[in-house]
Amino acid sequence: MSAQPAPPDPAADYQPPPAVFDEFKDAGGRIREPWDALAPSLIAVGRDAIRDRREGARQLLKEHGVTYNIYADGQSDERPWNLDILPLVLGANEWSRLRAGLEQRTRLLDLVLRDLYGPQRLVRDKLIPPALVHANPGFLRPCHGIVPAGGYFLTMHAVDLTRAPNGDWWVLADRTQAPSGVGYALENRNVISRVLPDELRDSHTQALAPFFGGRKAGLRALAPWTNTPTIVFLTAGPLTETYFEHAYLARHLGFPLVEGGDLSVRNRQVFLKTLEGLQRVDVIVRRVDDTFCDPLELRAESYLGVPGLVDAARAGNVAISNPLGSGAVEAPALLAFLPALARHMLNESLMIPNAATWWCGQETEREYTLAHLRQLVVKSAFLGSDDPPHFGESMSQTALDQLAKRIRQRPHQFVGQQRVALSTVPVWNKDRLEPHPLILRCFISNTPEGYRVMPGGLARVSGTPESPVVTSRHGGGSKDTWVVSTNGTIDAALIAPDEESHQQIHGGAPSRSAENLFWLGRNMERLEDKARLLRTALSRLAGEGTPTEEQELLSVKRALVEMERLPPVFQGRVSRVRFLATLEEYIFNPETVGSAIRLMNQIRFLTASLRDRLSGDTWRILNQLQTEFRDAPKQGQAAGHLRTLHKLIYNLAAFNGMEMENMTRGTSWRFLELGRRIERGCNLLDMIRAVVAVDPTGSSSLVPLLEYSDSIMTYRRRHFARPHLPTTLDLLLLDATNPRSLAFQLHAIGEHLPHLPAAGGHPPEQEHFAQLVRVLESAELQQTEGGIPFLRVLTSTGRELRILSDILTERFFSHVVPRAN
Amino acid sequence: MRYKVIHRTEYEYRSGVSVSQHMLHLRPRTTERQRVDAFHLAVEPAIGTSNIHEDFHGNLVDIFSIDTPHKTLIVTSTSHLEVSSPTWPDPASTPAWESARDGAPSELADGRPIEFLYDSVKVAQSATFRDYALKSFTPARPFLAALLDLVNRMYRDFRFDPKATNTTTPIEEAFTKKRGVCQDFAHIGIACLRSLGLPARYVSGYLETVPPPGKVRLAGADASHAWLSAWCPGLGWVDADPTNNLLPGDRHVTIGWGRDFGDVSPIRGVAVGGGDHTLKVGVDVLREGG
Repeated sequence: MSAQPAPPDPAADYQPPPAVFDEFKDAGGRIREPWDALAPSLIAVGRDAIRDRREGARQLLKEHGVTYNIYADGQSDERPWNLDILPLVLGANEWSRLRAGLEQRTRLLDLVLRDLYGPQRLVRDKLIPPALVHANPGFLRPCHGIVPAGGYFLTMHAVDLTRAPNGDWWVLADRTQAPSGVGYALENRNVISRVLPDELRDSHTQALAPFFGGRKAGLRALAPWTNTPTIVFLTAGPLTETYFEHAYLARHLGFPLVEGGDLSVRNRQVFLKTLEGLQRVDVIVRRVDDTFCDPLELRAESYLGVPGLVDAARAGNVAISNPLGSGAVEAPALLAFLPALARHMLNESLMIPNAATWWCGQETEREYTLAHLRQLVVKSAFLGSDDPPHFGESMSQTALDQLAKRIRQRPHQFVGQQRVALSTVPVWNKDRLEPHPLILRCFISNTPEGYRVMPGGLARVSGTPESPVVTSRHGGGSKDTWVVSTNGTIDAALIAPDEESHQQIHGGAPSRSAENLFWLGRNMERLEDKARLLRTALSRLAGEGTPTEEQELLSVKRALVEMERLPPVFQGRVSRVRFLATLEEYIFNPETVGSAIRLMNQIRFLTASLRDRLSGDTWRILNQLQTEFRDAPKQGQAAGHLRTLHKLIYNLAAFNGMEMENMTRGTSWRFLELGRRIERGCNLLDMIRAVVAVDPTGSSSLVPLLEYSDSIMTYRRRHFARPHLPTTLDLLLLDATNPRSLAFQLHAIGEHLPHLPAAGGHPPEQEHFAQLVRVLESAELQQTEGGIPFLRVLTSTGRELRILSDILTERFFSHVVPRAN
Repeated sequence: MRYKVIHRTEYEYRSGVSVSQHMLHLRPRTTERQRVDAFHLAVEPAIGTSNIHEDFHGNLVDIFSIDTPHKTLIVTSTSHLEVSSPTWPDPASTPAWESARDGAPSELADGRPIEFLYDSVKVAQSATFRDYALKSFTPARPFLAALLDLVNRMYRDFRFDPKATNTTTPIEEAFTKKRGVCQDFAHIGIACLRSLGLPARYVSGYLETVPPPGKVRLAGADASHAWLSAWCPGLGWVDADPTNNLLPGDRHVTIGWGRDFGDVSPIRGVAVGGGDHTLKVGVDVLREGG
């Protein structure tokens, strides 16, 4: 590869296309004023430094696990979030005009919703054609007549904008149900503020924190019946496209992240199911689409919603942001009527124009659209249609004729829209700046002081300079958006969740998250067990092949067969190559039941749904665990795999350490611990039982067993001799000071159980546990060592521990998904 | 005609239900030709209160939740009401059907036909339904004559067959099979009318069935019923029953109406737990007094 000698100045090299507006340079090639502070710095640092900072940003995004889920063929593919190093910079004067226009737009749509879900005067006064209500799938009849708690019909509004060639901003679309992007915008700022801290400050960039403070206060104010509202963040779950954002925002705002199944309506009030019982919910920030929110009154087949939610809202007992039915004003057809509505309802003209839109349900507009099909974009008039936009310019005559026929058949279903040339903005690509088309998404929220616009936004750019398609789904990127301040206020810091919200998140833990923590504990321990077992085998395969090693290897193989972790053929002589290949399967093959990679995937799913409850550091460790393992060589030498397993065990130890040192000792923690202790106890019992069964004298299996249970050092320090069965069993079963022993696990379980929420009377898990301990104590393990009764006790103890797990599941986690009939 | 209507629905769940939410469209509406004198709702297991509200189409809806564990749910509604027959003009004297098509979108005051012009969840317009309807709705034919002809053709072309469809069968399938029950026929008729640009709505109610001469009427023999209603300027809403090939008189009791079954489903519920369930429905439409 031969590299062109790079010109020294990336900015000088930047050539925006003619005939569109460029955000960075004007028509004369001069850098626009808002970039004054950033541009010289950019030139000064040079390409290498930009590359470094870009790498820094990429690293931060990776550590934070910022992703966007893409669907294809029913499979979810988690893609890393794409953030360009260069922000979009907007000037103060321009922003104040934009801000006023956006506030106006939100006020207007709020009033339109208020009318549509109330008297519908706008229809009678012919400002809105009736079809925009009655043919609009976003208009939800069950919500008609509901006045939302808190009084707002719109509490979070997103507007997609671009800039016409003459420099004026245009609105492309409104998002009024559960707009996404505000969390990604916050995370973009979080990352950019670390890689461009000086530039951010020198540009006098307005902080985002006050907006989120206002948003929070605004949400609290929606429930005037209480001073301490419980606010929850409702998500459709980890498979949602923007799940990262849900967890991120929930954590940032300090609200529990819940799914529909975590909420329940009783007597027209909404409750959160927690381990401690039902807790009244006052405000729901929803990221579930309108029609999926209540299977009773809306889509019956939805499993994502809360049955009875519409009626709870009707009774005024819960505030929902946004109120159900707010999607009615997302219809593209409405754009055609907004200028007149602004004049009628606000007595103002619309400050930011829409892309010109013609609704084909009207005769003149239809004829205009049909006559100009080639110049226009034809879209579905309403949301919820599978029909993609038709760009007349690039269609064949036959396709245009067909489109015209469809429009004539069902005119009210279509709008014609002016094609808007998107403005361009520099994107750092392949060591140079490229002009990419831009769409800016801005966010408006209610606050106690009225509507407020986030000073910034989520700037989205297309994947290539040529592509007009600007979506995350289609591989586009994003940018931080800097709004230059006039008075020089600088505060790049993010607001920390305050005291009150901390309590909230630790108080009402949804039962589901406790269940996930319990299984996280079990699966992490299961993974460690797997890694340690494989390591005892691999370390002997990688060794020099001494007779002792060979003997021990054979014992390990037999024990693994006894535990049904290896097929019976491994009881005999099997070639080292074949054994290694099998072990590789147990490490890396996701198709192999119980393989390490498979466990890792389960852990990934569990941690995804626990994301709002795991600290940033814990998350980083979990991420490292996944990525290091994923990047490890899948085939090769035993020694290489041994290193992979060592690393895995280190990372697991780091996670355990993080848990021990950083997690609040609440009920959630106890469930994580219980999961771990039960699993460790079961695995240890399995292993001991197998070792004793295949090698009753313990001649060649005790060293591997002590290695597996991380107790070899303790043993040597105490006994200065080759391991002997009774003393080994004593250390592994009865020594309560050994954190790997059965006694230690049982002791820990016994500590936790009395702290679980009790329903009154004798909790069944405590009774069962007491029984288990009694049986074990009466068995007098030492006297029966090696004998059949001894094996029986080990087997039954393992079984009883598993039953304890079932009892806990039954009592705390069994919530059945509601079904419509 | 005066009636006492008893509508009993029993759900038997395989396993216990811990919490459930229910929505009922069971309270008969008062209309120009129907007066409701009394209504009583009984639910087992007992509920605290049922919350009543008027839905978008003016029907009365009951919503309640049950949070006592149960395996059986029985909802019984009892209504006392009086129904009279409408009088319609000579079909030949009614306006050309095209006037209903042209008048509907702009008509906002009388009968709100605009609400029933567009696709709904269970009824989508299509060329198939339009072509079927056009055979009755020939150019300039009087509205009522065309409607009667459509109902008559449906009665001849379709066969009542409860085994052919269930509540989730798409109407296109029932149309192809030419079989179904009153709900399918009402939906197909509505699809035909809407495909012509005519407003049409779904009516949920009851039908008094008269036993054959000399036979005793069996308790619970009646069923809930459904038909359609079409709109024409001057006439307003005209009910039509394609299952029985007639324009309903005083033997049809109206509960309420909506765009399709989904808007006025008599009982809708969401249960936590329960597993499979069996359903028993019994309706008695009994004549009362003189």
